[in-house]
Amino acid sequence: MGGEATKSISKEVLWGGGQSPFSVSYGKMMMWYFLVSDALTFGGLLTAYGFVRASSPDAWPIGEQVFRSLPGLDGEYPLIYVALMTFILIVSSVTMVLAVESGHRNDKNGVVKWLGLTVIGGFIFLGSQAWEWSHFIHGSGGSYLLAENVSVTSDDGQTFDLNKGDAIYMDHDFGHLAEPWSEGNPMVSLQDSEHGIKLVQNGEHTHEAELHALTINKYIENESHVSGDQAMKLWNARSESFSFGANMHDNEYAVQQSYANFFFFITGFHGFHVLSGVVINIIIFFMAYRGVFERRKHYEMVEKIGLYWHFVDLVWVFVFTFFYLI
Amino acid sequence: MERDDLIVNDSYSLNSHHSEEEGAAIRKNVWKVTAILTLLTTVEVIMGIYFKRAETFTWSMIKWSFVILTLVKAAYIVLVFMHLGDERPNLKKVVLAPYMMFIGYLLFIAITEGFAHLGNSTLFQ
Repeated sequence: MGGEATKSISKEVLWGGGQSPFSVSYGKMMMWYFLVSDALTFGGLLTAYGFVRASSPDAWPIGEQVFRSLPGLDGEYPLIYVALMTFILIVSSVTMVLAVESGHRNDKNGVVKWLGLTVIGGFIFLGSQAWEWSHFIHGSGGSYLLAENVSVTSDDGQTFDLNKGDAIYMDHDFGHLAEPWSEGNPMVSLQDSEHGIKLVQNGEHTHEAELHALTINKYIENESHVSGDQAMKLWNARSESFSFGANMHDNEYAVQQSYANFFFFITGFHGFHVLSGVVINIIIFFMAYRGVFERRKHYEMVEKIGLYWHFVDLVWVFVFTFFYLI
Repeated sequence: MERDDLIVNDSYSLNSHHSEEEGAAIRKNVWKVTAILTLLTTVEVIMGIYFKRAETFTWSMIKWSFVILTLVKAAYIVLVFMHLGDERPNLKKVVLAPYMMFIGYLLFIAITEGFAHLGNSTLFQ
């Protein structure tokens, strides 16, 4: 008869119930299920990022040309800071494994020591990300878009045919004064100088910046500098469209805003995961310190939060590749 | 309280504890994996600094090696740090198979249907 079993199953194959067929506790299995769903969220976000990037008609900024600063240092250090952040997260993942491993040996002091170091690593990562965001939001000098097609010769003698809508980048000092000036601040005025043009801000302290050089292709190709009368040509062809740093509706790095939006959303969502991980780590740290797990006779809680913490590291590995490297 | 979800003699169940020797072996493996992850990240960063994006075959090879290196790192993190490698095969499958299926499907749809209006796939160019 249809629907009825015709074959008998031996008892060794059949699960008799009573014990977990996965050999893990309910809590740990649910942590795994949560991580699978969370990984699908990040997978969806990164797929959306790749799709928008691949279908974008304008050039996408190059990671090593956008992210090349180190706190407190001048000069260019492409990717070094993000690499450092990646390393910090890997190290904090290692201290977490060692905390879990100490838990398996019921070594309370080991758990407290390694979990404490993991919390410190988490704070260092969060601080690094705050600096990274601050730097991304402030930008380096700002950009403006061309109102017409221009042909210029760069300082190294190459000729560039630029189109209406291409971005031109200012240096830090000039951009610093160009921002209030472009917003119509009456304290800042544009004046002729012997080298061409300068911006003057009158106030308690007078600030001046001259237009020495402009940069083209700063974030999308090998950048070139343009100075002198060629820079004046680029300056005179400017449109009203200025961008300084990045915010929710405008950014200096790319023509398309989806670049900044994806950066804020994906790294922000990951950063929020790190923050909640650090908070849970702190709670588990104090529980371990006060001997809660010692009385419970097992440190499974450390193992569960460990899974979450490694997941945060795992996501960063992918964000690092798709946002900064490719 | 009596727990009903534990299996006797399982190395990761709650009532079994690792000895000093087992701990030492696990720690040794952890340091080995740490060294591998650090090395792979260093290689990625050096490649990232040295090779510029371009419309060349070399660049697309570099791009795919970034993806492969990332997947290798991910495998080490999941299998060793999250010790999914030491779990029972059925748990491994329950965690990995649905994820692979959904993400594989999503990528397939994004690459094929997402670019259908352009007449061809541009993601792999």
